[in-house]
Amino acid sequence: MYVFLTIVSVISVFPLYWMLISATNKSIDVSRGTMLPGLALIDNWKSLLSQQDVARAMINSFKYSIILTLCALVICSLAGYGFEIYHDKGKDAVMSILLLGMMVPFVATLVPLFRMFSAAKLLNTTVAFILPTISTPFLIMMFRQSARSFPHDIIEAARIDGLNEIQIFFRMFIPTMRSTYAAAMTITFMNAWNNYLWPKVIMTTDESMTMPMLVANLTEGYVTDYGVLMLAVLLCSLPTIIIFFLLQKSFAEGITGAVK
Amino acid sequence: MSQVKEPKKRKMSLERRHNLTGWVFLTPATLMIAVMSFWPMIQAFILSLQTGKANNLSFGDPLANYVRMFRDNVFTTSLGNTFLYLIIQVPIMLILALILASMLNNKDLRCKGLFRTAIFLPCATSLVSYAIIFRSLFSVDGFVNTVLINLGILNTGYNFLGHATSAKIIIIIALVWRWTGYNMVFYLSGLQNIEYSVYEAAKIDGASPMQTFFRITVPLLKPTILLTAIMSTNGTLQLFDESVNLTKGGPANATITMSHYIYNMSFKYVPTFGYAAAMSFLIFILVAVLAFIQMKVGDKRD
Repeated sequence: MYVFLTIVSVISVFPLYWMLISATNKSIDVSRGTMLPGLALIDNWKSLLSQQDVARAMINSFKYSIILTLCALVICSLAGYGFEIYHDKGKDAVMSILLLGMMVPFVATLVPLFRMFSAAKLLNTTVAFILPTISTPFLIMMFRQSARSFPHDIIEAARIDGLNEIQIFFRMFIPTMRSTYAAAMTITFMNAWNNYLWPKVIMTTDESMTMPMLVANLTEGYVTDYGVLMLAVLLCSLPTIIIFFLLQKSFAEGITGAVK
Repeated sequence: MSQVKEPKKRKMSLERRHNLTGWVFLTPATLMIAVMSFWPMIQAFILSLQTGKANNLSFGDPLANYVRMFRDNVFTTSLGNTFLYLIIQVPIMLILALILASMLNNKDLRCKGLFRTAIFLPCATSLVSYAIIFRSLFSVDGFVNTVLINLGILNTGYNFLGHATSAKIIIIIALVWRWTGYNMVFYLSGLQNIEYSVYEAAKIDGASPMQTFFRITVPLLKPTILLTAIMSTNGTLQLFDESVNLTKGGPANATITMSHYIYNMSFKYVPTFGYAAAMSFLIFILVAVLAFIQMKVGDKRD
């Protein structure tokens, strides 16, 4: 069992280790199959900056992803809370219709969405990036499930204390449900950061390019500089890896809540 | 005083107000899904009945796009590829994830956190990134070829991505690598809802690990397995990043996926939106039908 788990773990980590090593080596050494850190990190860095505007792509990716994550968390948790706390037949029916939305593949809505945003002259904007995934049935369901464990006594007590419904949501629900928010945040941010198809369609100028698009552009040429390429891949992966490590624990807890 | 006098009336209006608050809370999210998901889906259907280039669309023969689809070699290849990935990759990945999860659920296991983190780590890498890592690993002058040459297995680098069969195998390997840990987390969470004493009792009764796995773990995890199966099916039918960045659809469209082809038809060449919409509507039907079948099969085993 330990042997099997160790082999699987090594296979899981190896490509990432190789990426890290390659980012510090010259392309020719990467091709020779070097397995040790090299000294070319700074050269690769300079070469990457001379080819692509990394800073702008980074800022764009962070801007789009953070705004999308914040908006999605507020809108979806508000809905999840609304569906569960004030539930009645009508709202349950609406919820089951929304769950059908999980079956709508994004690619199926791609062409109409593109035509919609293009007609509204919203190409290359943050709004176009965030709107299609600002509200997802998955997130609403996750918050609805977790609202189930939110004690009604707290709501009653807060009402007697004179808080209105919106205040109860912001001051009572959000602080208690921190781990669900952390898990939802991890998932939403990662999806937003990694999203490639939609930005590729709507971000038509260099100024609005995202990190994954920049990395993909580096493979367009005839000769690939592996050192530079892997450095870009590393930069593109770092934010999600860091967030994953920071929120790993609450992520697992939040998923448990959603699976129940 | 008035509160005491008219308790009933006050309660009624309060209830109605809370009911209304609920609707207000869920309206933004519901509206967004309706406008960004359901409405485009309807439009895709209308669009799929129209033919023409770019924005010069007209309703000619409403079924023209659907007829064209099955005469289009690239489309049938992409459909075949997508199903090949679905039929081979999804079961391998889910079974592997299930085995790993039940191993990691063992209370006596040491270094559990380390194994779990290592196996989950691939999911933290972006789709474009991992596709490019695998593309580089398997390129003609890439790491895998270098190792094979040094070991004396190959004389010169093999063009893994230049041959249809090996390119497809690499896409499958890459997909398994990226998504196994993700599904494992769902199973681990599901396993936490199963009382550990059930396993201990089985052990005392002399059940082998295999028996425990098939008689306890699999049946009790059924809802989670169903969830991951539906999610993976949905994801596989929409594969895009891997086809675009790992193999670039090649050699000669041999590994192209449906989403990649839809993208090409809408945005790469002169756009044929009607045809692309018809193909995307077919994906919607496939997702719905497969989810329905999976739910039916899931129900039967009760």
